[in-house]
Amino acid sequence: MRKTEEEQKGQKSVRDLKIGESGVICCLNDPEMGLKLLEMGCIPGTEVKLNSRAPFGDPITIIVNDYTLSLRLDEAETILLK
Amino acid sequence: MTVVTTQPDIPQVERPPVQPTMAKIALIGNPNSGKTSLFNQLTGLNQKVGNFPGVTVDKKTGYSQLTPKLKAQIIDLPGTYSLYPKSLDERVIIDLLYDPASKHYPDLVIVTADASNLKRNLLLFSQLADLQIPSVLALNMVDVAEQEGVKIDIPALQKELGVPVIPMNARKGLGVAALKIVMSQQLEATKATFFEVPAELRPLLQSIKSKFGLNNDYVALQYAHHYKSLKFLTEQDVAWLGTLLEEAEFHSITQQANETVARYTRINEMLLDIVRVEKADKAEKFSNRLDQVLTHKVFGYLIFFLILFLIFQAVFAWASYPMDLIDLGIANLNKLIQENFNGPLVNMLTEGVIAGLGGVLIFVPQIAVLFAFIAILEETGYMARVTFMMDKIMRKFGLNGKSVVPLISGVACAVPAVMSARTIENWKDRMITIFVTPLMSCSARIPVYTVLIALVVPEKYYFGFLNLQGLVLMALYLIGFLAAIFSALLLKTILKARERSYFIMEFPVYKMPRWKNVGLTIIEKSKAFVFEAGKVIVAVSIILWVLASYGPGNNFEEARQKALAEAQAQNLNEVQTENRIASYQLESSYAGIIGRSIEPVIRPLGYDWKIGIALLTSFAAREVFVGTMSTIYSIGEEENVSTIKNKLMTEKDANGDPFFTPARAFSLMIFYLFAMQCVSTLAIVRRETKSWQWPLAQLIYMSGLAYVMAFITYQVFS
Repeated sequence: MRKTEEEQKGQKSVRDLKIGESGVICCLNDPEMGLKLLEMGCIPGTEVKLNSRAPFGDPITIIVNDYTLSLRLDEAETILLK
Repeated sequence: MTVVTTQPDIPQVERPPVQPTMAKIALIGNPNSGKTSLFNQLTGLNQKVGNFPGVTVDKKTGYSQLTPKLKAQIIDLPGTYSLYPKSLDERVIIDLLYDPASKHYPDLVIVTADASNLKRNLLLFSQLADLQIPSVLALNMVDVAEQEGVKIDIPALQKELGVPVIPMNARKGLGVAALKIVMSQQLEATKATFFEVPAELRPLLQSIKSKFGLNNDYVALQYAHHYKSLKFLTEQDVAWLGTLLEEAEFHSITQQANETVARYTRINEMLLDIVRVEKADKAEKFSNRLDQVLTHKVFGYLIFFLILFLIFQAVFAWASYPMDLIDLGIANLNKLIQENFNGPLVNMLTEGVIAGLGGVLIFVPQIAVLFAFIAILEETGYMARVTFMMDKIMRKFGLNGKSVVPLISGVACAVPAVMSARTIENWKDRMITIFVTPLMSCSARIPVYTVLIALVVPEKYYFGFLNLQGLVLMALYLIGFLAAIFSALLLKTILKARERSYFIMEFPVYKMPRWKNVGLTIIEKSKAFVFEAGKVIVAVSIILWVLASYGPGNNFEEARQKALAEAQAQNLNEVQTENRIASYQLESSYAGIIGRSIEPVIRPLGYDWKIGIALLTSFAAREVFVGTMSTIYSIGEEENVSTIKNKLMTEKDANGDPFFTPARAFSLMIFYLFAMQCVSTLAIVRRETKSWQWPLAQLIYMSGLAYVMAFITYQVFS
């Protein structure tokens, strides 16, 4: 599930999504935080959609597995997309 | 569950009529899955709040009458998403479930699951099923799921899971009867397995199983993951497991990740034919539209501010009617007793016990109003939006969006607020939140504020509804909030982080509040206040009355003679003479001696020795201030002075002017705003931080700040 630094470069993450835009989770690049995200249903292969941003752009809410999850931008950054 | 048979004379059919030992049933489930509602439905008012041994997570237990003959003990466990705890709260669960010797070890587990979000809710269920504890799935919010077009084939689900599945609506109490019937039966653990432990771990798990006499692979795996935090393991056990796991190169994080992915895959496959979604999510859309306003850049904060404003106005204005009634009731009761009885014991009863009791009861309306609001904000899901909107701002000050809940709860009482900081997983964020929360003006300060505001701030209205007294009260709250924020900023630079802070959490859809839950919260908090803080307040009131009514040696008699002599010389009338005597006697009482000895220290703040006595007694609990003032000024009071406000107004300084000038009153308010005068808070902080260092630092920091700020205030206003 981990990727090397070079592979991550240029790879799109949930952070880069626009509101209403969807993507499919490829992998989680932070193992420890990944556990929490996995538990909440952010499993590789699952579709995520950026739902909204807080007034100052951070945190954000995403829709995953038919429910809404809120997280910070630097957390969203660890969810890489295909 | 008696079995009726036709076979005569066979002893084993005659079941002994003794009650079976009471079944212990644990409620477990995701946050927001309606677990609390179900607990309230099962137990009603028959619940009590205690603590888990060693930690301070609230342990809610209650009793439920399952059948006319069978009663069960229900224990409500903290909400969690999996058996791998991410916060201190959740750790309680593993201590309970992995230790069959624990006195709370459940005979049966009820897993609550949100039917509209079954996939994620089943993750926890599947873990519990693999532990092979008998369980029932309470499939909650079936109504919401139906509205959202989610159709669940319950018989098929029941077959797949291998345990009873009870569709229910815990809000309305639907399905509770069916659940009770199932709970009253002897249930077996499911035979289904949801996660096959990887083959390469088998030898490792085999060693753990034989060492601890276990017969379940998954339980053994949990020992491997959690051995460091399982309280029932001895030091040797932990060391043994450590070596074993190191040799086997067991990597907990990787194993957990693999397990979670495998479980989700299994659940997805299973639900393919069981759950059908027919139309788009209506509630989600409604919530989204509402969020566009409620979390809007401008309107979002404006609305939040308005809600806070409404709360403070309500606490000040609405609660004042029942409070006046209580105040008058106590005054009349005292008058009645004093008119009909006489003697030192009667004085102790009226001026000590009943006055103190009044000081406790008068608080209840405000606590009730405040917790009604907090409960509603939490129930509706609005609190999650507040957290969401505030996170970025709070992070700048070393706090966390989740700190908003403790900070806002701190407005009610720092004790539960400090405890609610447990939801913050990050150590540094949590410590900062705990440290600054007592700076928020708690309800114990309200009586101090309201009495003093009423004394020096005129009751004026602007635009017909803006109450000037309310505005001053709000300003005091704002000062407290700013003090908390800037203290947090200070701490942020001093403390070193131990781990990263997370904000990954479920964003609930808006819901109507469940009034039963709101009502139970109000009752629970008011009860806790009356019985916990009340004990201290009444005890302090009695001690104070003794201190103020007696003095060393024959000081009292001397004071009386001196006053009489002066009165004769000045030709005072009877009432004036009595007052002179009472005031001289108070000065020579034990309380007067203590108050006088600290007077030099507090004089720069504008206080005299009488206030000194109040400050001292307030260190037990702030709210004692009003009781103290009431007691001190009621000794030697004139006729027909009934309320505390009037008592303070009649107090004159050396020149015969009113003693409570705006400068003095504001200085006092500021002192109470900053000072750490609450033994209960100090005790709870010690328990939560597991050290004396934190409460001591708070005591010194806050009291120092209070002195300096009150000094500045007094100098500015006078």
